[in-house]
Amino acid sequence: MLQATERSGETLVEMRNAGVRRAGRWLVRGVDLAVRRGEIVTLIGPNGSGKSTTVKTAIGVIAPDEGEVRRAPGLKVGYVPQKVTVDWTLPLSVERLMRLTGPLPRAEVAAALEAVGIPHLAAAEVQTLSGGEFQRALLARALVRKPDLLVLDEPVQGVDFSGEIALYQLIRDIRERTGCGILLISHDLHVVMAETDTVICLNGHVCCRGTPESVLRSPEYAQLFGARAGETLAIYNHHHDHTHLADGRVRLADGTIAERCGHDHDHAGERHDAR
Amino acid sequence: MLDDFFTRAMVAGIGLALTAGPLGCFVVWRRMAYFGDTMAHSALLGVALAFLFQINLMAGVFIVATLASLALLFLQSRGSLSTDALLGILSHSTLALGLVMVAFMSWIRIDLMGFLFGDILAVSRLDIAMIYGGGALVLAVLAWLWRPLLAATVNTEIAEAEGLRPERARFVFMLLMAAVIAIAMKIVGILLITSLLIIPAAAGRRFAATPEGMAVAAALAGVLAVAGGLSASLNFDTPSGPSIVVVALILFLLSLLRLPARQAGREAGRTP
Repeated sequence: MLQATERSGETLVEMRNAGVRRAGRWLVRGVDLAVRRGEIVTLIGPNGSGKSTTVKTAIGVIAPDEGEVRRAPGLKVGYVPQKVTVDWTLPLSVERLMRLTGPLPRAEVAAALEAVGIPHLAAAEVQTLSGGEFQRALLARALVRKPDLLVLDEPVQGVDFSGEIALYQLIRDIRERTGCGILLISHDLHVVMAETDTVICLNGHVCCRGTPESVLRSPEYAQLFGARAGETLAIYNHHHDHTHLADGRVRLADGTIAERCGHDHDHAGERHDAR
Repeated sequence: MLDDFFTRAMVAGIGLALTAGPLGCFVVWRRMAYFGDTMAHSALLGVALAFLFQINLMAGVFIVATLASLALLFLQSRGSLSTDALLGILSHSTLALGLVMVAFMSWIRIDLMGFLFGDILAVSRLDIAMIYGGGALVLAVLAWLWRPLLAATVNTEIAEAEGLRPERARFVFMLLMAAVIAIAMKIVGILLITSLLIIPAAAGRRFAATPEGMAVAAALAGVLAVAGGLSASLNFDTPSGPSIVVVALILFLLSLLRLPARQAGREAGRTP
């Protein structure tokens, strides 16, 4: 069933028909997945589709209510959760955060911060970091442990677009350099998919799975994310259905002439919504 | 040296402050102030039960405070009422139960004010031995537990995923809180124990750059508060517990004065 079976490497974690039930409701059910050494597996799905729950079950933060989860003996996990808030009263520098779950040589800490692009923030208190900086610090913390399995729950949230591409590049480099397995949760389909071996599409259960290309083409995927989700950069496309005439009027798609078009060209309306 | 009641109180109080400071940092970081208060309030029930079954007072308080925290964890996991409401119910009902039981036990004379607000006259050599023995044990366990507890404080899921067993750390932490409440009762009194955990830690926050530094700063602030408070208590004939808390409050307010200079330095330090 898995597309990456030809890749060499032991199975780091394997879920069989796993399900998690809370307050009488199944958050996820019937999940089969495996991550092998050197493999990148990406989970995608809408909000509330059980992505985080699945990942937490895979690494043992949550016990499954049905099915089974097997982890390789002595598996070393590096985990970046979706949301981490550090209370203001806790004096915690980035450097100290790096040593949160185990002691480390100074040089390795510096190298990890360098790799994620925040070497200048080593002495900064974590509460003073921006969302993107903190995300990078958490990623550095997870990978400095040299984990067998790196688990990243939306690792690029709060990171700007160029930083996002750089971080995905970094994640790919980590895989190639250390050979660890990577289990990733993502919203950003078009960026992630190129680096991924297996994509698993979740919506309370596994909708579809396979290589990025095959998932992109599958009808289940189109149904879940809408027909246009497969288009690259679909979100950024401006859907032009009208023509602006020289006199300021507008010819609409059906050929009629109107005084103005439906959308706001300087996007002031969007900014208004964002507030 | 320990013949003098004031010296005994001072030695006991300093031992308590050294223990309460580091533990109090975790109470502040984990936002468990009200939780600690609830455990402390249950101490009076522990006192009443200790008199009833004729066991050591500190042992009685330790057992009841632990049971109160376990009861809270159990009720929390049931998820029927908010933690806030559960804390309120447990806190005041255990205190009220204790007061009612003490009132019923007319065959023994109990100095209620001493238990509620602390009594420096009551500190015996045995108490000092308990405070230092218990305190050393608490600090040793805390040092052993430091990394998992700190990791769980930052993020339980990271701690769990990376094999640090945060649930165990949290349970042991509850036991440590119960132990400190038991040994603190005579010095500051049941109603004010939490303040000795929280106020020195809060005062130490401004002077610390690391979690470990804050633990040391909290211990020192606690020692200053005990020394100042007990001296004031002797001079002005005020109750020992409230006097210590007032001095701790003054230290906390003084620590706030350093804020502007410190924050400016931090901003400057951040520029690459």
